[in-house]
Amino acid sequence: MAAPVLTVEGLRTHFFTKAGVVKAVDDVSFAVGRGEVLGLVGESGSGKSMTGYSLMGLVDPPGRIVAGRLVLDGIDLRALSAEELRQMRGNRMAMIFQDPMMTLNPVLRIDVQMIEAILAHDRVSRASARARAREALVKVGIPSPDERLDAYPHQFSGGMRQRVAIAIALLNSPDLIIADEPTTALDVTIQGQILYEMQKLTRETGAALIWITHDLSVIAGLADRVCVMYAGRIVEEGGCEDVLGRPAHPYTQGLLDSVPANNERGQRLRQIPGMTPSLLELPEGCPFRERCGYATAACDASPGMRAAGGPGQQVRCFHPLITLF
Amino acid sequence: MQSVVVLFVMSLLVFVGVYAIGNPIDILINPQADQIDRERAIAALGLDKPLWEQYLVFLKGALTGDLGRSFVHATPALGLILTRMPATMELAIAAMLIAVVLGIPLGLWAGLKPNGVAGRTIMAGSILGFSLPTFWVGLMLIMVFSVMLGWLPSNGRGPTMLLFGLVPVSFLSWEGLSHLVLPATNLALFKLALLIRLTRAGTRESLLQDYVKFARAKGLSNARVIGVHVLRNIMIPIVTVIGLEFGSVIAFAIVTESVFAWPGMGKLLIDSINLLDRPVIVAYLLVIVTLFIVINLVVDVLYSALDPRVRLAEAKG
Amino acid sequence: MSTVVPAVPEPAARAAQSPFARIASDFVANPVAVFGLVLLALIVAAAVFAPLISPQNPYDLAQLDVMDSKLPPGSKSPNGGTFWLGTDDQGRDMLSAIFYGLRISLMVGAASTVLALLVGLTMGLTAAYLGGRIETLIMRIVDIQLSFPAILIALILIAVLGQGTGKVIAALVTIQWAYYARTVRSAALVEKRKEYMEAARCLALSPARIVFRHLLPNCLPPMIVVATVQVAAAIALEATLSFLGLGLPITEPSLGLLIANGYQYLLSGKYWISFFPGVALLATIVSINLVADQLRDVLNPRLSR
Repeated sequence: MAAPVLTVEGLRTHFFTKAGVVKAVDDVSFAVGRGEVLGLVGESGSGKSMTGYSLMGLVDPPGRIVAGRLVLDGIDLRALSAEELRQMRGNRMAMIFQDPMMTLNPVLRIDVQMIEAILAHDRVSRASARARAREALVKVGIPSPDERLDAYPHQFSGGMRQRVAIAIALLNSPDLIIADEPTTALDVTIQGQILYEMQKLTRETGAALIWITHDLSVIAGLADRVCVMYAGRIVEEGGCEDVLGRPAHPYTQGLLDSVPANNERGQRLRQIPGMTPSLLELPEGCPFRERCGYATAACDASPGMRAAGGPGQQVRCFHPLITLF
Repeated sequence: MQSVVVLFVMSLLVFVGVYAIGNPIDILINPQADQIDRERAIAALGLDKPLWEQYLVFLKGALTGDLGRSFVHATPALGLILTRMPATMELAIAAMLIAVVLGIPLGLWAGLKPNGVAGRTIMAGSILGFSLPTFWVGLMLIMVFSVMLGWLPSNGRGPTMLLFGLVPVSFLSWEGLSHLVLPATNLALFKLALLIRLTRAGTRESLLQDYVKFARAKGLSNARVIGVHVLRNIMIPIVTVIGLEFGSVIAFAIVTESVFAWPGMGKLLIDSINLLDRPVIVAYLLVIVTLFIVINLVVDVLYSALDPRVRLAEAKG
Repeated sequence: MSTVVPAVPEPAARAAQSPFARIASDFVANPVAVFGLVLLALIVAAAVFAPLISPQNPYDLAQLDVMDSKLPPGSKSPNGGTFWLGTDDQGRDMLSAIFYGLRISLMVGAASTVLALLVGLTMGLTAAYLGGRIETLIMRIVDIQLSFPAILIALILIAVLGQGTGKVIAALVTIQWAYYARTVRSAALVEKRKEYMEAARCLALSPARIVFRHLLPNCLPPMIVVATVQVAAAIALEATLSFLGLGLPITEPSLGLLIANGYQYLLSGKYWISFFPGVALLATIVSINLVADQLRDVLNPRLSR
């Protein structure tokens, strides 16, 4: 891997609520290279979306980043002022959200919403901004872009809206794109098109892509590398084929087992017993031990990351399913 | 169509109601007048005819813009109302402006920082604004600013000037403006409280929406996110309410005009009720109902102009 | 291996309480609301016991002396007492006048609320239960009426009906029934769709039984909230009408009339004749609104469950 576009080291994002501190993201580290697709996988509440918001500097109170280094292209994001960070957002790094029905402002025309994203970062004329917006729409495969620019969001289908959101994210040719489950709310056929489109675009532009999802089947065809998150921590990471093909963490194994296609017909669908723990005052130790079939007394201590399986594959477990030989 | 029916039904109800009570002759005619004088006066005012005939005469007149003559002023009732209307309109518009200019920013502030000291103070103030009876606040304004501090006049319109050479208004001169300040503030308070609450609720809801987060993810400045993305969305309900509440401001001007002796049509109504000047009461009510219907129509148009979803749905349908 | 227990409070402890005890304990949780309730209780007590606690009977002309007129607050009265809140133009002790005025204001407010509640309840339940044309008619009237400001309707009615205590109450009832009718109907419609109503109909229970035993109790919580707010609104509206000289007769001076009475002396700096009745009116309305606010939170099933 060449010098990474983004390096995240020891990121901790905590929420200070009345009931106590919620450690939504707790010591997360990873890196993404140019043109690379990183899959960030986990159940809802595992902190994967919050990791994305932390990178963008969009964590709302009572949450805030309490520790960690976030470096994008040599720029320390946490050292930036609010204004400098704003200039990074939508320019050097962009984010796409889950529900395309909600992300576009319903009362503003598409051209307004696209042009403002250009004018927020570049001193260009309105006309050339509009031309760039049109170009972006063409790039994401929207037919008759001139008419579409003058339309309102409700005149688009869900898939089209998500294409518009992707076009907006691409407007300023960012170095990093964070896609937060952008296909979850779409039909399966549309999902495939969007996936293909995204893959093509990142290859063309060389942007790094972080794809956040709970859907392992999406990751399988898309990501170069995978990070599996559980209870605010990364429990396993490595090459896509290694992690999905030969998982080292019992949780990853459990996730793979729950994918319907991996179950045998006629048998009961396998699932991970229990539910995700409350992140409020999470006790010391491996957070998965309550649901883990391999748990022992050793798991009452917090496991560190250790090498496992394939090249670069790492796991946070005392009893990994695969060890280095 | 429905509005025409409402107008017709209201005219009938009001006419029958108003004409069924009291006897204006007792008030209008010198008690020492003899029987012949009385009868002449009754005939002149049309009060000797049966009620249904009086209504038909009234309705026929109404369709030609003639709502009868004031018993007291002996001038056309509609004309009387219309000469008083600019004063009321000026007061109502000034009040609405105060409520909008202060209410939306304060509500926005309270919505952006709901837990701050300022936000809480604004909300507590708006609860008080809902509870304070308008007329008493008017008295207190007079007490403080006219009597104790002596800054502002307590009654009347002051000198008026013609706007566009047509409409007499107060706000064009300092003297007139100083007369306008207290009554307009008084009338604004209730709507101010309402707008603060509405804006705050809208802001808080809007801030939770994904489109706000997406707008911030695009790297827009806070000013643009709030000023364009949040504000454009909450303006839809706010404009609707401002429009609908304008009618109620005109109605509540009755109270404020009485407190500040503002020579508008509300004060005229109170005087007319006290003097049983029926044609003026009926004319006032019909003018008010018409105003309400016009306001509702305007709000409908504005609403569809602001919300593209409604606009396009109508264009298709 | 054990599953993680979700952090939901134990419901058993709350279920053991009676609904009333639960509402009471929830209500007391907010100190501002308790302040409102205490203030309201004091005001009601002052109104009820006005003849006992007032320094003088403000409407017994024998006790009044024009020589005492328009004295500022704290002045000594000739018989050794103190006019704590001053006197009005007829030498009446303002404190006593306010106690008596509260009595009248609260009475008018309560009477019109109770009557409006009964009318609104009947109309709302009729509309919800019968449906069809009758429902359309009732709700159309409600809609049209609610689209006009209350003060305007009140003035029309007073212009039509003439003045007097009974007529003011009639006007207030005519204005307010619509609020109750709308609230009851929407609450009743929600209940009507629930399964137990289907069951009640299947058991061939009489309509009266269905309405009174099943629909009515479920409409009560929202009604209580609306009624509390409307009492305050009725008191404010009556005061406004009386201030305009179109409300209660001079022989029954409510707070509004007391305030109107002092209006002419305000400009000469004799503020107390208007000011203190206004404070009493404000305290009444604010305390009722505070109680209503908390009741809304406590009685709202969506928030409490």
